[in-house]
Amino acid sequence: MVLTRKVRLSPKGEIEIMIEAESISPDTFAGKSEMEIGRLAVWQGPREAQLLEFFEIDVTEEETGDGVSAVDILIDGDASRVKRIGQRMTSGRIEILGSAGMHLGSEMAGGEIRVRGNAGPWAGMNMTGGLLEVGGDAGDHAGSAYRGSWRGMTGGKILIHGNARSQLGGGMAGGEIVVGGSVENFCGIRQNGGLIVVGKDAVRGVGAEMVGGSIVVLGRIHQFTPGFGAAGSEVDPTIGDRKIEGRFAKFTGDYAISKSPKGVLYAREAMI
Amino acid sequence: MPTMVIKNGHVFDPLNEIDGEVMDVFIKDGKVVEDLTRADLARAKAIDARGKTVMPGGVDSHAHVAGAKVNAGRLMRPEDHIGSVRQRTEITHSGSGYTVPTVYKQGYDYSAMGYTTVFEAAMPPLEARHTHEEMRSTPMLDMGAYLVLGNNWFLMRYLHEGEVEKAAAYVAWMMKAHKAYGIKCVNPAGVENWGWGRNVHSLDEPNIHFEVTAREVIHGLAEVNERLGMPISLHLHANNLGHPGNAEITKESLEVPSDVVPSQKMGVEWAETKLDPHRAQSVYLAHAQFNAFGGTSWRDFESGAAGLARYVNKADHVVIDNGAVPFGPATCMTGDGPSIHDLYVLAGIGGQKWSNTDVELECGSGVIPFTYLKGNPISAVQWAIGLEMLLLVEDPWKTIMTTDHPNGGVFTKYPQVIAWLMSRRARDATAAECHKWGYDRSSLGGVEREMTLFEIAILTRANTARTIGMAYRKGHLGEGADGDVAVYDIDPENFNPADSDEVIRAFSRADLTIKDGMVVARQGEVVAIPEGRRYYCKPEVDEGLAKDMMADVREWFKYYTIGFANYPVPDKYLRKPEAIVVNGAEGGW
Repeated sequence: MVLTRKVRLSPKGEIEIMIEAESISPDTFAGKSEMEIGRLAVWQGPREAQLLEFFEIDVTEEETGDGVSAVDILIDGDASRVKRIGQRMTSGRIEILGSAGMHLGSEMAGGEIRVRGNAGPWAGMNMTGGLLEVGGDAGDHAGSAYRGSWRGMTGGKILIHGNARSQLGGGMAGGEIVVGGSVENFCGIRQNGGLIVVGKDAVRGVGAEMVGGSIVVLGRIHQFTPGFGAAGSEVDPTIGDRKIEGRFAKFTGDYAISKSPKGVLYAREAMI
Repeated sequence: MPTMVIKNGHVFDPLNEIDGEVMDVFIKDGKVVEDLTRADLARAKAIDARGKTVMPGGVDSHAHVAGAKVNAGRLMRPEDHIGSVRQRTEITHSGSGYTVPTVYKQGYDYSAMGYTTVFEAAMPPLEARHTHEEMRSTPMLDMGAYLVLGNNWFLMRYLHEGEVEKAAAYVAWMMKAHKAYGIKCVNPAGVENWGWGRNVHSLDEPNIHFEVTAREVIHGLAEVNERLGMPISLHLHANNLGHPGNAEITKESLEVPSDVVPSQKMGVEWAETKLDPHRAQSVYLAHAQFNAFGGTSWRDFESGAAGLARYVNKADHVVIDNGAVPFGPATCMTGDGPSIHDLYVLAGIGGQKWSNTDVELECGSGVIPFTYLKGNPISAVQWAIGLEMLLLVEDPWKTIMTTDHPNGGVFTKYPQVIAWLMSRRARDATAAECHKWGYDRSSLGGVEREMTLFEIAILTRANTARTIGMAYRKGHLGEGADGDVAVYDIDPENFNPADSDEVIRAFSRADLTIKDGMVVARQGEVVAIPEGRRYYCKPEVDEGLAKDMMADVREWFKYYTIGFANYPVPDKYLRKPEAIVVNGAEGGW
C-alpha cells in the first residue's frame, strides 16, 4: 500500500504583481499539512507573502495498491501570473488546468508537469530530467540554457502541442523537445546534443552555431542558416530511439563555428 | 573612535617579528597603541582571543574589483550571478556574482575573510571616474588603484626620447588628475601594437609608430617611479603573458630595472615596526603564474616556475605575487587585450563570448569567461606553477599570495590556497585528483616546504603592505598602525595544518574582523559598515617642468574623444580621500 497526496490549489482571484512560487513543487509539499503548505513563502515583488493569499488549498490522501508514494498537485485554474511552478522538482506530478507563468519546471530533474494552457518563457530551462508537457503554446527560451550560458538542457522531455517562440532548446546537450506547431528564431542555437523536432515551420536561424545533436523540421524553414552543408538525403531517419517518417534532406553544421561540427539538421524534401 | 583590547591571542605580526606569542593588542581611537591607561582600559571593549590566531587585517595588493573591465565582466556574465546570490540583511545590501560579484558583495566577502584593505590593480586613466564610482560604493574596505601607464602615448614618446624628467612630471600630474596610487605597466609596448592587430614578443622590438621597446618602457617607468619616490614600486605585467616559454622573457624583464634604486619619499608618519617598513624592491611582478610558463608550445607545455624562482632568489630588487589557480570558474580580465584574444582562440571552438576594448591614447582591455578544470592538463600545470612560485622562492618577503582575482580564480578561494601552502599532504591530495601533468610537468611534487602561520601572515598582510608602501599604517600591529585586526579560530598549539577543511573553514570566516578598532564582521557575518578610505598619491615636481609637460599634453589632447576639462576625476568622486604627498620634502630636482 502506498499513499498518494493530492494537493489541490484553487486560485482565489486575479494576481496583480506576478508571484515567484518555486515552493509549488511536489518535493516541497511532501509531508506538509494544508496549513503548512499555505504558509509557504512566495515573493510578490519586494514583499514576502504566503501561498494561502493566492490559493485555496485542499489536501487529500489516497491509498493505492502499487507504485511509489507521490505528491500530485492540481492547479484548477489560471496560473499565468505564477512563476517558477515546479522549479527544480525531482518527482511527483503537477497538473495545471489553465496556463502557467515564466520558468515553469525550470531546472526540473524528475516527475511530470502538464499544463493544459500556455507556458510562459523559460519553461524547462536547464532541465535535466522528467517530463514537461504544454497543451498550448510556450514562450521564448523553452528548454534553453540560462542567459549568458550555453550549457542547457541535458535530459528529460518537453512536449509542446502548440507553438514555441525563439531560442527553443538553446545550448541543449541532451534530452528531447517535440513541438507540434511552429517555432520562431534560433531554435537549437548552440545545441550540442539531444533532439528537437518541430512539427510545422521555423522562421530563421535553425541550429545556428550548433555542434552536436539533431533538429528535425517537418514544415518550412523560411530563412535557412548559412553555415550548413548538404549531406545527402534520408528516408525515415532514426535518431536515438526515435524513428521519424518522411523523406528528408540532411545537413550538417554549423560550419560557421567549428571545422568539424556534429550537428545534424533534417528538412523535409517536399518543403525545399 | 573606538578603543579596544584583544586579549591573550596568539599574535602573528611579522613586521614586528612576533611569531605566535600570546599577548594583548591595544587599540585607542582606532590606532594600535603600546598600552592603555587604566581609564582607557575601563572603557575599552575587551575581546577574549584566548586559543585564537590574531593577525593584522588582510591586505590584498592585487585584485580586479572596480572599474570598466570589471563591470564588463559583470554585464557579460548573467550566468555568473544566477547561482550566487547574497540576501540583504538589516544593515547590508543584497548582492550577486561568483567570479565578478557586485561591489557590495565584494566588500562583505573580503571582510568576512579578515581583509580590510584591497587595491585595484589596473585603472585605465580614461576609466578612472568609473573605477572611483565603484570604489565609492564598495563597503568595508580601504582601497586605492594603480594607473595603467605602460602603453600611454605621452609616456611612450617621452621614454623613447629619453625625457625621463618630463615623463615623471606627466606621471605626477596623472596621479593627481585621476586620484591614483601607483604605476601599473601591462604588456609594455605590446598593447599599443594590439590596436593594429599585432603584439610585441621580445624586449627589444620597437612598436608601431612610437618605436619604443618594452625594455625602454619598463626601465623608464621604474626610474620615474623612484625619482618621484612613490609608495609602491612599478607593478609589472610582463610581455608574452599566457604563452608557453614566457618564463624567459619574464626573467629578462625583471632584470631590466635591477639598477634602479628603490626610494620612497612619502610625506607620512610611519607607525613603529621592528623590521624596515620601506619596500626593498624596484619592481613588483604581477601574477607570476601567468608569466612562468615553460615549454615551446601547448604540446610540450610545462612549468617554468623553477627557473623564474631561481632568478627571484638571487634578485633582491624583486617581489612577486603569484596569481594562483585554485580551479573552478574565473573571469579573465586584463589590460592585455592580445593575451585575452589568444585565450579566446585557444578556448577551442570559437564563438565563446569575449570582450575587447581600445582605450584611446592609453591602453586596452580584454575580458573572457574561463573555467580551470582539474582534468585539464594546462589548468593542472597552472595550478602547480601558482604554488611553486610561492614555495620555491625562499624568502617570503619576496612573495605575495593572490589569485589575481578573478583571473586565476576568485578571492574567496584564498583559504584554499593557504591550505595548499601549509600542507604537502593537501597538495598531494589535489594532485591525485588532477590531470597528471600537474605533478609530471612541474617540480611541485618534490617540494617539501610547508608554510607556517607566520609565513602566511607575511604573504597576506605584512609583505603585501610593505611592497605597496602601506606599511606606514597597514600590515602590522606596531604602535601607530591602523587598528585593523583579524582574529581566526585557529589555536596554534592545537592545530593540524594538514587538515585542509579546517584551514579553509578558519580562514574563510574570520572569527572577528576589526577595522579601525571596530568589529565589522563576526564569524563572517557583517555587523558594521565602515566607510573605507581611498588612497592616492600627490607627487610634487618642479613647476617649470610641469608647465613644459602640460604644453605637450595639450598638444596631443586633441586626439582624445573628450575635452581636457573633463579628463581629471573631481574630488567629489572620493568620499574619504587620503592623499599621500610624494616627493614633497625634498622639493624638485
